[in-house]
Amino acid sequence: MKEVKLMKGNEAIAHAAIRCGTDGYFGYPITPQSEIMETLMAEQPWNSTGMVVLQAESEIASINMVYGGAGCGKRVMTSSSSPGVSLMQEGLTYMAGAELPCVVVNVVRGGPGLGTIQPAQSDYFQTVKGGGHGDYKLITLAPSSVQEMADFVEDAFDLAFKYRNPVMILSDGAIGQMMEKVELKPQKPRMTEEELIEKYGDWATTGKTKNRKRNIITSVELASEEMEQFNNKLQAKYKKVEENEVRYETFMCDDAEYLIVAYGSSARICQKSIQLARAKGIKVGLLRPITLFPFPSKPILELAQRVKGVLSVEMSAGQMVEDVRLAINGAVKVEHFGRLGGIIPSPGEVVTALESNFIGE
Amino acid sequence: MKEIIKEENIVYKKSVVLTDKDTHYCPGCTHGVVHRIIAELIEEMGIQETTIGIAPVGCSVFAYDYIDIDWQEAAHGRAPALATAVKRLMPEKNVFSYQGDGDLAAIGTAETIHACNRGENIVMIFINNGIYGMTGGQMAPTTLEGMKASTCPMGREANHDGHPLKITELIAQLPGTCYVTRQAAHTPAAVRKTKKAIKKAFENQMQNKGTSFVEVVSTCNSGWKMTPAKANDWMVENMFPFYPLGDMKDE
Ligand SMILES: Cc1ncc(C[n+]2csc(CCOP(=O)(O)OP(=O)(O)O)c2C)c(N)n1
Repeated sequence: MKEVKLMKGNEAIAHAAIRCGTDGYFGYPITPQSEIMETLMAEQPWNSTGMVVLQAESEIASINMVYGGAGCGKRVMTSSSSPGVSLMQEGLTYMAGAELPCVVVNVVRGGPGLGTIQPAQSDYFQTVKGGGHGDYKLITLAPSSVQEMADFVEDAFDLAFKYRNPVMILSDGAIGQMMEKVELKPQKPRMTEEELIEKYGDWATTGKTKNRKRNIITSVELASEEMEQFNNKLQAKYKKVEENEVRYETFMCDDAEYLIVAYGSSARICQKSIQLARAKGIKVGLLRPITLFPFPSKPILELAQRVKGVLSVEMSAGQMVEDVRLAINGAVKVEHFGRLGGIIPSPGEVVTALESNFIGE
Repeated sequence: MKEIIKEENIVYKKSVVLTDKDTHYCPGCTHGVVHRIIAELIEEMGIQETTIGIAPVGCSVFAYDYIDIDWQEAAHGRAPALATAVKRLMPEKNVFSYQGDGDLAAIGTAETIHACNRGENIVMIFINNGIYGMTGGQMAPTTLEGMKASTCPMGREANHDGHPLKITELIAQLPGTCYVTRQAAHTPAAVRKTKKAIKKAFENQMQNKGTSFVEVVSTCNSGWKMTPAKANDWMVENMFPFYPLGDMKDE
């Protein structure tokens, strides 16, 4: 039965987590995402599904609890906002190194430093270019609505377990705080140990049984040759992700003479900008990356080859624009427009940026 | 020889829970002794299938190479956070962390104190050799005043380097802990006492009593730059007065 509710993006994450059978959530409060843990605590899923919810003493502890839980083969997640996610980088590189699945939600706020509690998209580099040390990647999903906040939780778990890799849901303070109607999926039971082993293999530390060797979750390998081999294996995995998991959406691109590339909140602003621009006779379309890693480079290049210019709109000083430029590789002019420090650009500002960068010439 | 090596003459055997891996520990190091105690206990208690160990960063980073159970390798200092989640998600399993003083009392102080304060139903084994062994003998939080280390070559000076940290005394104050004890492993009698203490710690976990914390005051003859025998003597003379052995709490 369909259940449609009005709720905040953060609340949608919490409800979706319970309903898709998450085993554990470990977190530490930070605005603008504290409602995720607050909702979980209020719902008391330990009584209904057996899900563990625990407030840790820090983000460092919470991501390492996620490591411990993921090492047991469980579906575990955490959430935070920018300064907290910076603290989680240690755990994330260790999890990438130990090939552990998990879901991390970053409801981004403006930085650097303690910054502001208003929305921003300035954690793009940190998320898709590493963040922690070593050569690794996080599969990254970028929701642009409360509905997607809910839907992406289960998707993220499926991707995390399919590739045994951490998955980031890169949201921002606007989507976390905005209220929209959301359709929630019916409650699924949590997977049993046997089901998990059947579906994903017997690699987790659930206790060494008679019929298998001991399982060790680790990222240490002192022999360089073997470490290189392991890195090559990781890179091959990321290549597979790039081949199989690219997700994006287009809006009014069929007759477009200009293309905007934007994700998350920015993409929503740009839909309005496109209507305003078209009313002025400027034919512009939007490509919205849903996965930031893997980045939709091919579809962006294909569209770019049919237009006169591409504008990357993001609430940062210009981070994703680097990937847009790499994808387009000089085929057409690429510019960036963004507001910083927690300011959401207005649809009109985007149109002005389009005009001044491309039409005015 | 053949006549001597007979089943009835054997007083000590290698536990089946110990792997055949050659040790990487220095001669005289107590990590190996404590590993053996843990393996023997797991065998005797019949909990090999249900025990999950959390290994640290430090000399015992490869603890999982020796004890034949499922293991997770934690980032430096984070073992108590991993153990927390493992136990909460699989409460029927036996979970222990194994950590050195740099791991548990420096970089991992917050994780240690908070796991104990929450009363996580786990066993924490703490090897206090007063030094950072793995990275070449730097000062640890537990380095004694006047004790030399590579980052305090003239000896630790409280005014400059801070005081040695009695983390175990601190932990004993926390209501989440049910059993806090300090042991050693330098004589056969001490080894037997440590084994008893770790056994009690595992039994406490099975009875859902809260956190059990077993410190083992140890030597690092390489880091201390002493022969194993000299290191033992030095420990008895200098470490034991500051880190006195015995139970601090048993509830
Ligand atoms: C984040 C981080 N910082 C520093 C190190 C380097 N490091 C490895 S072992 C160690 C000290 C370990 O000392 P201790 O916990 O006392 O264990 P021991 O080697 O004496 O058994 C340090 C500082 C590291 N691996 N990770």
